[in-house]
Amino acid sequence: MGEVRLIDIGKRFRLEVDRKEQIVTALEGVNLTVADGEIVMLTGPSGCGKTTALRIVMGLERASTGRVLVAGRETHGCGHDRGMVFQHAELLPWLTARENVRFGLEMKGVRGSELDDTADHYLEMVGLTGSANRRPHQLSGGMKQRVGIARALAIDPDVLLMDEPFGALDAQTRETLQAQLLEIHARTRKTIVFVTHDLDEAVLLGDRVVVMGQGRIREIVDIPLPRPRIDVDAIRGDALFAQTRHRIWRSLHAGARDAHDVVFS
Amino acid sequence: MIDAVAEPRQLPRSAITALSIVVFLIAWEFFGRKINPIFGSYPTAIAHAFVALAQSGKLAKALMQSLEPFLAGYALSVIVGIPLGLVVGRFRGVEAAIGFFITAGYAMPLVALVPLLVLWFGLGFPVKMAVIFLMAVFPIVINTWLGVRTVPKTLIEVGTAFVASQATIVRRIVLPATLPYIMAGLKLAVGRGVVGMIIAEFFTSITGLGAIIINSANNFDTATMFVPVIIVMALAWALTQAIGTLERRVAPWQVELAGREET
Repeated sequence: MGEVRLIDIGKRFRLEVDRKEQIVTALEGVNLTVADGEIVMLTGPSGCGKTTALRIVMGLERASTGRVLVAGRETHGCGHDRGMVFQHAELLPWLTARENVRFGLEMKGVRGSELDDTADHYLEMVGLTGSANRRPHQLSGGMKQRVGIARALAIDPDVLLMDEPFGALDAQTRETLQAQLLEIHARTRKTIVFVTHDLDEAVLLGDRVVVMGQGRIREIVDIPLPRPRIDVDAIRGDALFAQTRHRIWRSLHAGARDAHDVVFS
Repeated sequence: MIDAVAEPRQLPRSAITALSIVVFLIAWEFFGRKINPIFGSYPTAIAHAFVALAQSGKLAKALMQSLEPFLAGYALSVIVGIPLGLVVGRFRGVEAAIGFFITAGYAMPLVALVPLLVLWFGLGFPVKMAVIFLMAVFPIVINTWLGVRTVPKTLIEVGTAFVASQATIVRRIVLPATLPYIMAGLKLAVGRGVVGMIIAEFFTSITGLGAIIINSANNFDTATMFVPVIIVMALAWALTQAIGTLERRVAPWQVELAGREET
């Protein structure tokens, strides 16, 4: 039900440099199928197009070529079948944590007592029951992002789209939220597309890691770690973890060398 | 050591303001008495003029004659200004179509146009209201417009991602995010509106606080002339304070975010 297919996705921007128009290719020929319940990590150097790809799946940007199918249906703009978790949470500062979660639900057309019940259910899932009435500036960075996750989950989307959600957090908070996301995934079995530049995060969370470079998919690496991944400490110490991380690292650096060759040839 | 760590004791802001006013009044009294009463005045003389004016009943009547059109014109400029600013800021087409008129309108030399407005609206309540409206509406529209332009794109995207309609995005995201700018516009509009009120009364010159100013100035009664001038300034100050209180009521997060001191 939550399958995501990117079919021949391309994205070109028009850019004006020194009064001359340039066409920049952000994505080209991206084909990817994310299975239902799978976690796919998009990674690559800055400007490789990973965030653009995610935004196209969300419908916040229009692809120049190709189509996106979510659960078999072609997407046109945004929809409640996809839930977005933003890089910096992007909570509405004038609303409390509960009201922020309610916002998404209200937009979906949920009314009455179901609103608060559902919002509270998802706040509980991310462990924020006690902070439901706080405003964003009264929450820590990690708490804000947990509200962002609850807001996206609350509309019960087929797919969760996450744009470097833990990138701005300190290492400890990041690890806590990673473990919490694994737990939530084990419980809800949501399909997740997750953008990151943190290789540890990519290996720990993903079923597959898509390594991108210069707007193309360079390699797709399978993560052989079994699920559910409950004992996060043990996984981090696993030799398989280190090996897989190294493989992705090599793939990324091979891509970087190619990019150099292009520039200097 | 302990003293260095301890928070230094500070005078509350209101005490500093009160002290400043007292020093100003004493200085004015001292120097004002040395000046020919036609060229200037001083606080105690103005206070006597105030009592005389108030006892004659003229002051209360004039105040009402000024305040009613002021409140009506100001209210209209709020009702028109905020939605107009939101629409101009949010929609590129509307901005391109009428943004020019708003920017130019702000600089409109209204004083020159008042005689024309008198021809259209007569000498009473309507012309005062029109002048006050024209003075007050532009800072409200422009501030709201500017505020909308500063709303982070990502907050709008939150609305888009959750499939909110344009109207919902304006009402639930753009409006609250713009409130601090709107409030600043409302404050600026008070000052402009009060000036508009006096300008209108100078030209119609029959009613209101402006009429008292004109008549007493013509009679070289400088102390009496200062009474409505000070009342108008006090009025604008009180309204601005009231808007500040309203701001803390409707946008408490903003005050907390900025970490501003309560006044």
